[in-house]
Amino acid sequence: MVAGVLGIRDRSRPSSHRGDVMTGTTLDDYTDRYARRVRGMTASEIRALFAVASRPEVVSLAGGAPYIAALPLDAVGEMLGRLGAEHGSTTLQYGIGQGTLELRERICEVMALSGIDAACGASPEDVVVTVGGQQALDLVARLFLDPGDVVLAEGPTYVGALGVFQAAQAQVVHVPMDDEGLIPAALELAIAEQARAGRRVKFLYTIPTFQNPTGVTLTEQRREQVLDICERAGLLVVEDDPYGQLGFESEAPAPLRARRRDGVFYLSTFSKTFAPGLRVGWILAPHAVRDKLVIASEAQILCPSAYAQAAVSTYLGTMPWRQQLKVYREVYRERRDAMLTALEDLMPADTRWTVPGGGLFVWATLPDGLDSKAMMPRAIAARVAYVPGTGFYADGSGNGHMRLNFSFPPPERIREGVRRLASVMEQDIAMRRVFGAVGEPGARRGRTGWDAPGPDLA
Amino acid sequence: MMPGMGVTAAEEPAVSGPETTDLHVLVLAGGLSYERDVSLRSGRRVLDALRAVGMQAELRDADVALLPALTADPPDAVVIALHGATGEDGSLRGVLDLCGVPYVGCDARASRLAWDKPSAKAVLREAGIATPDWVALPHDRFSELGAVAVLDRIVDRLGLPLMVKPAQGGSGLGAAVVRDAASLPAAMVGCFAYDSTALVERYVPGMDVAVSVVDLGDGPQALPAVEIVPRNGVYDYAARYTAGRTTWHTPARLEPAVAEAVAQVALAAHAALGLRDLSRVDLIVDSTGQPHVLEVNVSPGMTETSLLPLAVQAAGLDFGRVIGNLVARAAGR
Repeated sequence: MVAGVLGIRDRSRPSSHRGDVMTGTTLDDYTDRYARRVRGMTASEIRALFAVASRPEVVSLAGGAPYIAALPLDAVGEMLGRLGAEHGSTTLQYGIGQGTLELRERICEVMALSGIDAACGASPEDVVVTVGGQQALDLVARLFLDPGDVVLAEGPTYVGALGVFQAAQAQVVHVPMDDEGLIPAALELAIAEQARAGRRVKFLYTIPTFQNPTGVTLTEQRREQVLDICERAGLLVVEDDPYGQLGFESEAPAPLRARRRDGVFYLSTFSKTFAPGLRVGWILAPHAVRDKLVIASEAQILCPSAYAQAAVSTYLGTMPWRQQLKVYREVYRERRDAMLTALEDLMPADTRWTVPGGGLFVWATLPDGLDSKAMMPRAIAARVAYVPGTGFYADGSGNGHMRLNFSFPPPERIREGVRRLASVMEQDIAMRRVFGAVGEPGARRGRTGWDAPGPDLA
Repeated sequence: MMPGMGVTAAEEPAVSGPETTDLHVLVLAGGLSYERDVSLRSGRRVLDALRAVGMQAELRDADVALLPALTADPPDAVVIALHGATGEDGSLRGVLDLCGVPYVGCDARASRLAWDKPSAKAVLREAGIATPDWVALPHDRFSELGAVAVLDRIVDRLGLPLMVKPAQGGSGLGAAVVRDAASLPAAMVGCFAYDSTALVERYVPGMDVAVSVVDLGDGPQALPAVEIVPRNGVYDYAARYTAGRTTWHTPARLEPAVAEAVAQVALAAHAALGLRDLSRVDLIVDSTGQPHVLEVNVSPGMTETSLLPLAVQAAGLDFGRVIGNLVARAAGR
């Protein structure tokens, strides 16, 4: 016996890992059995860094959470209690797959505020209630995307949509934007290029108003152009509109769905205007598609939560929700201003950023040579977090940008966060001066992991 | 016990008796390091394992609530499942010493030494333990002396390929293999994002192995070496923590004589750094069978895909009993 060396295991003992090949194990017995869509679902060191952002020492500009503390929580809590105590026999029961008629009627009232009303064909019959906007996206992907299909989307776009399209094994082709939103000429070009390449484009996915991640809004004129282009090309439009009611200055231009009744799917949610914890969103679909959406949704979830639906219906029916929207707008406008002022005062030269008229986010473009993904650990060490631009592109590009959230942290924390961020950037600029222009170490092609935080990060 | 075998399950040290199940154990996990996520996973795994052997265990972050909690309800022992500076640079151990709370693992001084890779390598080399040639440089030195001139000297002296990694830190974060001089600056920048000092090492090709060392009461023992074969050739963060991305061979596919040499080198490294209770020694075994120690971990990962739990299992031991034994011994200190 070798002194001081603990034994080699007794080979007669059965292995506890069925995946053992000779002596090897991958610790995942299912490796060879995963569906193709699971490739790319890997651990990401960037995502792991966000774990630190939940600590109070860190100023998180990385989240996307609404400022729930602005809600009248006493009154909301009392309402929720009554829903259980007095209406539990329905609110704790199964419901219908499409969602309650009461809520669908309320949803139509909400949509009418932004111009999607009965005159343009919006009916409770064509609304399907979903588990947040995310399930609405997944339903659209399920109904329309075959593996290899192309989805056109703004570049950058919502990270959660990229995840849905990737899981559907579709290919996302980004269409560039400027300060006025999606560039119509670029959209035409992209459609033509895909046609030349013989690829099938199924729809345009767009967040036209106070976009995530840029905060940019598609202008009035371009809305018509984009709709015309899609109509000519026979392209469906999936309009995602979680932020449209969170405008700070003036009313946002009317949604695309308010302008066309055919070929446009309208998706929205109560996550940003009421409470994301309830997970209630919806989709307004052309009549013919509605039945398929309901069948697909029943296959996924049977029915949306009756309790959450009742909570939203009751909130909309009995509480001053329009007033609450004003409160959110006021809070967010003040915070946006704090962020813009801090950026103006503190950012290194040659940094640019968008000036959002609503929503939750500012999109910053870094001075040449800086890499937002490579800079993340330095930022975490300085106790500030943001989301690197790479999270918002399907092809792994975007490292010259970052998304900054202003809805959750109070104004003084926002300023402190920007101060820390500016100092991190100065350090990185100095470092790059020393070593010259360098690419990303071990630069990888394509989307290799998840460069954005999970939904729990505020 | 079969001839030639070490400790097996049959003579596994018992930890479940009335005296040990009464122990109140605090598992520390989380922290503010880059490895917070890994640490939380390690901590929950340790928590489950301790509870499974009947101990009273709870999990806590190392934050402002920690010291009041330690004072109000002192645990019998602490398990440090914190990775990164808080768990490994010795400072937290120093604070636990101040509080008079015993903990599993080495003391503050040894921890600080092992945590700083260049310091640890110097000690190992003095002790006659092979470790790849290296140079450690803070980023200031590059700006003072000119990056190109310094990098040229490094390549001249150490040759290519090179391994670049933060002087302090783990989980492969900020580390890169550099195969041509042109990609060295990018690797340096990537490394300096994680730490102000970089360790640049001669890259030794060979088999990656990790040897966990535990002391269950009879002095430090080396568990079977774990051989690491990442699917894409690079044992980076994704390969470490995505199940299925790496194949681990336990025990490593080494000739018995080489396996023994590897175990002895790991024990020598553990001793040279003055470590206690447990550690994990990461090595490369080159084509001649010579082991080269890369670094030594005083707070090794305890996640589902971590190396120490794999080695414990390969030795035919129960993870909970091993940790429980270490806890019981720490509590007696």
